[in-house]
Amino acid sequence: MAELLGIPAPVLFGQLLLGLINGAFYAILSLGLAVIFGLLNIINFTHGAQYMMGAFTAWMLLNHLGLGYWWALLLAPLLVGFTGILIERLLLKRLAGLDHLYGLLLTFGLALVIQGLFRNEFGSTGLPYAIPPELRGGQNLGFMFLPNYRAWVVGVSLAVCLATWLVIEKTRLGSYLRAATENPTLVQAMGIDVPRMVTLTYGFGVALAAFAGVLAAPIYQVSPLMGADLIIVVFAVVVIGGMGSILGSIVTGFGLGVIEGLTKVFWPEASSTVIFVIMAIVLLLRPAGLFGRSG
Amino acid sequence: MAEPLLVVEDLHAWYGEAHVLHGMHFSVRTGEVVTLLGRNGAGKTTTLKAILGIVPRRSGSVRFEGQELVGLPPHRIARLGIAWCPEERGIFASLDVQENLLLPPVVAEGGLSSAAIFELFPNLRERLSSQGTKLSGGEQQMLAIARILRTGARLLLLDEPTEGLAPVIVQQIGRTIRRLKEQGFTILLVEQNFRFAAKLADRHYIVEHGRVVDEIAATELGPGQERLVAYLAV
Repeated sequence: MAELLGIPAPVLFGQLLLGLINGAFYAILSLGLAVIFGLLNIINFTHGAQYMMGAFTAWMLLNHLGLGYWWALLLAPLLVGFTGILIERLLLKRLAGLDHLYGLLLTFGLALVIQGLFRNEFGSTGLPYAIPPELRGGQNLGFMFLPNYRAWVVGVSLAVCLATWLVIEKTRLGSYLRAATENPTLVQAMGIDVPRMVTLTYGFGVALAAFAGVLAAPIYQVSPLMGADLIIVVFAVVVIGGMGSILGSIVTGFGLGVIEGLTKVFWPEASSTVIFVIMAIVLLLRPAGLFGRSG
Repeated sequence: MAEPLLVVEDLHAWYGEAHVLHGMHFSVRTGEVVTLLGRNGAGKTTTLKAILGIVPRRSGSVRFEGQELVGLPPHRIARLGIAWCPEERGIFASLDVQENLLLPPVVAEGGLSSAAIFELFPNLRERLSSQGTKLSGGEQQMLAIARILRTGARLLLLDEPTEGLAPVIVQQIGRTIRRLKEQGFTILLVEQNFRFAAKLADRHYIVEHGRVVDEIAATELGPGQERLVAYLAV
């Protein structure tokens, strides 16, 4: 069996793939957080719960309505995104202009309430969600076995992240968004309905979280706390990438997933803390984050 | 006689507890260049913001083409054909020059074409892919004016367009405003540089403590000028 750096190749590549999978979820989730933070100035602590809602929506669509994975991939982001729109219109809107802390408290409280409701309804043991038949099985690449579903998750996550980045950086809609992030008053005085844009942006960020939740359903168990476990790491990713930086959240998300995976190979004990160590170092050397604009 | 294009009556505005405008009265007729002159803190900029609906609280009446603006959200007001060039220019750092130029949506037909804009501001053409805030102060001011000319808005609110700029640039902006007037734009200009304003405007309103205290027509040459100087002398 081939070895690299004293590690059997299948082990190395296996962890690398696992790192990429985790990185894909970090990237989509931190991307949503970055988009929301940029325009709303709100640190959306409900994000993990909304990711979990995406997974549960997929589960409920399958078990109550008989709608499978592909429908869930389309419908769950729309449904959960719509609840996000309601949250923005009914609650977050009232926090405009207040200190960050209020948004943080509200969204954190909401996360607890939502997780509590789901735990009450479904219990805390996970529910299974099967991999769709089209994506079962895998490819033997010679040096490792690549499960089709995992390849799909990495590929589609990259595609969604790149598409979001392209829309924000290269289109007219994106220029409205970037401009409103800098100076919403001026953009509104140009005739653009900024309050509606804020609502839809929050809805979009939440839909991204739900999309990640559907992708995660067949890999992890569908459980009420699945988001709470993940979101702490995702916030570290956001801090490392730079609050509100779109490209930063994508690159950092995938990059840190890989670093975490490799740490599991070389120093397993450190794998759950490595991201936070990196966060501390980045905060000391570049407080605005790797891709953040300071000041 | 038809009502002027813009009629402001008993306009009050507040920032939190601070009562900044105490009943502004003035009007601007189609095709006029009218200035609001006054010292720092008199309420000139706030008046523009109150017309646009971007102050926290306002009362009174602002009518544009006969339509009441108090009560409308800012984006609806802009869509009626009122464009604003703010004092701090408002060039976006995360947008390049081209994106800055194309940012304000077209609200009506009859805006300037790109060719016409580049004829007025030739410097901008060569800087299209630069980051907006990498431009010089004068170029940023030109960009801030240029981008509101293509929207088709007929009433332009310009807030101290000459502030902090070199005399050559001030002259270029003066020529631009004269050209715009010839093309039928209506302009409400806030200025502290009264020498600059005196050469351009049809009428001046003097603003003190959130009220209009006098109106001087450009045709009232001698005595009017003396009054102006008296108001603005520090």
